[in-house]
Amino acid sequence: MCTVCGCGEGEIQVEGQDHQHDHDHHHHHHDENGRQGHTHDYGQGPAHAHAPGLSQSRMVQIEQDILSKNNQYAAANRNYFQQHGILSLNLVSSPGSGKTTLLARTIGDLQAEYAISVIEGDQQTANDAERIRATGAKAIQINTGKGCHLDGHMVGHALETLKPDRGSLLFIENVGNLVCPAAFDLGEAHKVAILSVTEGEDKPIKYPDMFHAADLMLLNKIDLLPYLDFDVQRCIEYAKRINPKIKVLQLSATTGEGMQNWYQWIAASRQMAQVGNPAVPA
Amino acid sequence: MHEMSLCEGVLNVLEEQAVTQGYSVVKRVWLEIGALSGVEPEAMRFSFDAVMKGTLADSAQLEIIHLPGEAWCMQCSKPVQVAARYESCPECGSYQLQVTGGDEMRIKELEVE
Repeated sequence: MCTVCGCGEGEIQVEGQDHQHDHDHHHHHHDENGRQGHTHDYGQGPAHAHAPGLSQSRMVQIEQDILSKNNQYAAANRNYFQQHGILSLNLVSSPGSGKTTLLARTIGDLQAEYAISVIEGDQQTANDAERIRATGAKAIQINTGKGCHLDGHMVGHALETLKPDRGSLLFIENVGNLVCPAAFDLGEAHKVAILSVTEGEDKPIKYPDMFHAADLMLLNKIDLLPYLDFDVQRCIEYAKRINPKIKVLQLSATTGEGMQNWYQWIAASRQMAQVGNPAVPA
Repeated sequence: MHEMSLCEGVLNVLEEQAVTQGYSVVKRVWLEIGALSGVEPEAMRFSFDAVMKGTLADSAQLEIIHLPGEAWCMQCSKPVQVAARYESCPECGSYQLQVTGGDEMRIKELEVE
């Protein structure tokens, strides 16, 4: 792994970027003076003792969060969003919950009001970004390769290319996965979990980390409720059990039912994102 | 699932600290993993060996310190232990719990040369 910018295994592709590093990678060549390799010159150790067999082992207290690197990238993204008055929402769900349909409808309904851009995360293909671009919004695809989630670093690179407008709305559609994206802060203002009623009502307790991390749960495809055995109240109760502060909205991206509530939530969150930022156009 | 990325995060920290703390070999790594952190210790062990191969922590030992999930029960007005986020208070059965600890995933200390 590149320790200069933290890039992973080279599996990740940000659309429109040949991720070529122009910084020097000589730091990977540990054999220059043998110090990173296996050396038997004990005099090079921290104690500078030349006695073979005398252990140079010592303890180092670290107390550092494993995700500290990701959190630094996320903090940089968050700072960028704040300075530009951008409301960024991280949309998380299982595959097939209707995220992209919801997003396409939301863009269609709101793009007269706000500038909107989208970061699409999928393992492979640029299909979703193309679907979003068809609505007229700016979109960029990140393919995570073998990765199961977006991280702060990938989003930072996507922002360089996407350049979302000041005061705009940025949707980050995470990889369809209710497990891993919970742990990775992208710098977003809110995580929004989307659950469709064709899934089990007990998903909030089956995947508690995600529903704990989300501020809003959208219960999608409610137009299908008459055909299903899905207990809405029980689902909401489960979600609140995991996260007493979570807000729940019921809607259907296909029929448009309940979408106004979602738009109202976006408008209110956008205002919050812009408080104290007079440079942003209304 | 994401334990692989977490191990890459660990390696990042090890490589950074190697420069500031002046070591070249990592022999043992202690991680604190909370019960509510979403990290599967067995997957972590598996990924750890794979990620550390060929690095300064090649064949380093991984020691995992398990930390319990802790919550404040509003009904009992006292701290209680929980094994998962969806659990109720083990004493009164209430779900009015505020998780106060157990989501740690931290590198605690290292044995280095």
